[in-house]
Amino acid sequence: MNEIDNKWIGKNTIRPDGADKVTGRAEYAADTIMPGMIWGRVLRSPHPHATIKSINTKKAEELDGVFSVATSADCVDFPVDTPVLLGIQDIRWMARNVLAKEKVLFHGHPIAAVAARTEEIAEKACELIEVDYDIHPWAIEIDDAIKPDAPILHDFIKFDGKPSNIAGTLEHKKGNVEEGFKEADIIIEKEFETAAVHQGYLETHACLVSVSPDDRTTIWSSSQGQFMVRAMTSFITGIPQSSIRAIPAEIGGGFGGKTIVYLEPVATILSKKSGRPVKMVMTREEVMRASGPTSGSKSKVKIGAKNDGKITAAQGTFYLQAGAFPGAPIRGAAGCCLAPYDIPNAHTFGYDVVSNRSKVAAYRAPGAPIGAYAVECVLDEVAEQLKMCPLEFRLKNAAKEGTKAVHGPTYPLMGYVETLEACLSHPHYKAPLKKLQGRGYASGFWFNAGGESSAQVNITEDGNVVVTTGHPDIGGSRASIANITAELLGIDVNRVSVLIGDTATIGFSNLTGGSRVLFASALVVTESTNQVIDILKDRASKIWKIDKEAIEWENGQARPAGDNAGNFKPLSLAELADQATPTGGPIGAGHQVNTVGAEGGFATHICDVEVDIELGIARVIRYTAAQDVGKAIHPAYVEGQLQGGVVQGIGWALNEEYIYNKEGKLDNPGFLDYRIPVCSDLPMIDTILVEVPNPKHPQGVRGVGEVPIVPPLSAIANAIYNAIGTRFYSLPMSPPKVLEKISD
Amino acid sequence: MAKIQVKTKINGEETEFLCQPYDTVLDVLRRDLNMTGTKEVCSSGDCGACSITMDGRLVCSCLVLAAETEDKNIETIEGMAKNGKFNVLQKTFLEHAALQCGICTPGMLVAAKSLLEKNTNPTETEIRYWLAGNLCRCTGYDKIVKAVQAAAEEMRENA
Repeated sequence: MNEIDNKWIGKNTIRPDGADKVTGRAEYAADTIMPGMIWGRVLRSPHPHATIKSINTKKAEELDGVFSVATSADCVDFPVDTPVLLGIQDIRWMARNVLAKEKVLFHGHPIAAVAARTEEIAEKACELIEVDYDIHPWAIEIDDAIKPDAPILHDFIKFDGKPSNIAGTLEHKKGNVEEGFKEADIIIEKEFETAAVHQGYLETHACLVSVSPDDRTTIWSSSQGQFMVRAMTSFITGIPQSSIRAIPAEIGGGFGGKTIVYLEPVATILSKKSGRPVKMVMTREEVMRASGPTSGSKSKVKIGAKNDGKITAAQGTFYLQAGAFPGAPIRGAAGCCLAPYDIPNAHTFGYDVVSNRSKVAAYRAPGAPIGAYAVECVLDEVAEQLKMCPLEFRLKNAAKEGTKAVHGPTYPLMGYVETLEACLSHPHYKAPLKKLQGRGYASGFWFNAGGESSAQVNITEDGNVVVTTGHPDIGGSRASIANITAELLGIDVNRVSVLIGDTATIGFSNLTGGSRVLFASALVVTESTNQVIDILKDRASKIWKIDKEAIEWENGQARPAGDNAGNFKPLSLAELADQATPTGGPIGAGHQVNTVGAEGGFATHICDVEVDIELGIARVIRYTAAQDVGKAIHPAYVEGQLQGGVVQGIGWALNEEYIYNKEGKLDNPGFLDYRIPVCSDLPMIDTILVEVPNPKHPQGVRGVGEVPIVPPLSAIANAIYNAIGTRFYSLPMSPPKVLEKISD
Repeated sequence: MAKIQVKTKINGEETEFLCQPYDTVLDVLRRDLNMTGTKEVCSSGDCGACSITMDGRLVCSCLVLAAETEDKNIETIEGMAKNGKFNVLQKTFLEHAALQCGICTPGMLVAAKSLLEKNTNPTETEIRYWLAGNLCRCTGYDKIVKAVQAAAEEMRENA
């Protein structure tokens, strides 16, 4: 496709769902209602760690207005020692996270649920449920969980042959690190800590579920994957997937946190037992206490380099909190942290540590910001000792096409070097700084994912287009799909409508995650649209009675390919649609495939901070994010991904943290005390879209959503050092911590 | 507990409803009047997603009791587009890609409208501080600020 001739790809079109979202008409899960609907509420554990001896729900069931009560006894029983894998999730943990079975493992862990005429009655009934606990000591922090006499969460989990809270390990190895460190002229080794942080999606988890007496189930819910909701609900309730229709509501943010279920199986059980539609909506406090944050961490990184700036060896060890059940994103930390660099000798380790916190869920490039934070801070120190510009130092060690990555693959064409060069030539790089201001740099990588996708492209009777895909659209993917379809068909973008199908109306599509949606849906939409164009040519060939091969499709019209084909007036999409019935019937095509070829994404960021040494407040005053985005199909929404990811990273670096009290309970379960960045905290976030097209994609698309959260943690830490000469090895760099360290 | 009868005006329309003494305006809008454009996100006045105006004053509807709206003039997101036409802010939010997931958008628009009614020439800093009570987790606020600036400019040109 000739870039210059693009009419819609690369244009900032108005998103198809935009009007609904600026008028309040868009329907999110909590906005749905059904006749006869009742309300569900959840009883949650008051203890961080206890064995459940018994649950008595009799008094709750007898309360006037109560329709049904659910406990883990209503769920399919998954033995605790047998894995039941669904993608990267293990259903034996998921079931126990949804409704506790043998034990409660964190404060806020769901134990039972009630459906009643009103939320107030359901709440009151929850208080009438009697639970007999055997309370155990608990472990919140990593050090408490891995010390020799730590309270053990899951008896059958063993490490070094003994019961342990280390639930899994991972390592990546390349070359020989011992030899590599011997070659180094300087070696720097540091330890780091990061606090657990929440995705902070504004829309709380919500669903409405209706189960009929024959088990036919309809679920309206907010999630990153309607097929994930269907599968997990099916596993946990035992209702077959074919009987469950999961309808994706508009989703009010997810960032990975809505890739698993919390409420849907519970509401399904309550609806099945009551015969009424059941609606459940979490409060903000419930979201903070019991839905997944991402891991807090402890890590140690060691890097050696020659005096000429060449890195000879790198080693990293990362301990990540998993929360109550195994599954910390150690692959993201240990796998991504060295990915931007060509390092001959490297060794990284990850440890998956369970403790009495809520189970972690994916959060934008899960684990990668943690790994990059430690590595990119140490790189800054190495560059300083070598008296090299941090960007030039990275450039000297940058991975390129053909580099064998520490985590395995050999890179194809990719644009990491270009992001460094873009930063070096950007005015921000040379802009003057004032007193107490500093500049920091960092790079980052994320794998990006492919996976299963389905699409259907149908031509309407009046010659317009309806595209259906199976991925919830969180950040504007429908706009990009419309651009691509309009481009291929050569028609105005406003003639393309893009819908997200439910599990009954579109083929299986894996969830919205891993920065995969546009990569994967563009592949299946392109194939489907090309099939439609082929059908349209076939219809024109029937009308003109010439060979299909003698027809070309251009600017939304079928026309004879050359003079030899005959002299016919071109047939427009509308004219062909009008002739659909006599020429063979409805026009449409679909495609379903396991997409491959999603190549990784790289970014480099420049950050300026100003530190108020009286108040300890570090403020980001300028920010520039350069990223290889492959091809920006809708540049404004690509910029939006970069800007949003950067600002989440700023929150992680400067303010956000899960704070537990002495009772093992989260002390800041709301937006007042868990402070995410607000508008007045921030400058504009400048972006540089580097476009090195993904050679394995028809439009050159690479995932863009996750990479931008990877560099900010270290870019900010490095900028603060540059401003005040103090290095911070623990996040968040919040005002009390900054003040304490300055006054030391 | 006996319910309270309230007579109020919502988006210019006379409205009557019954509420509990503890119901908030947000509860009544969303649950009883089925006006779900106003969003519930924190229920504690920290996020601005439920922003409405009451007699022209910007408030969090989760912090105002429904019974307090007697004889008041309430404006919500549902009243922002008039006669099938977008308000200028709705238009510039779409043109500037100032929304991603869209859950903060109704509250953000109501708050921004309230700013521009007072000041059609706000500085970037004034916009940022006025909107500091409206959380957005997707956009990093950059395009939201630019959309408000563009709307202000358009309002000044058309004044």
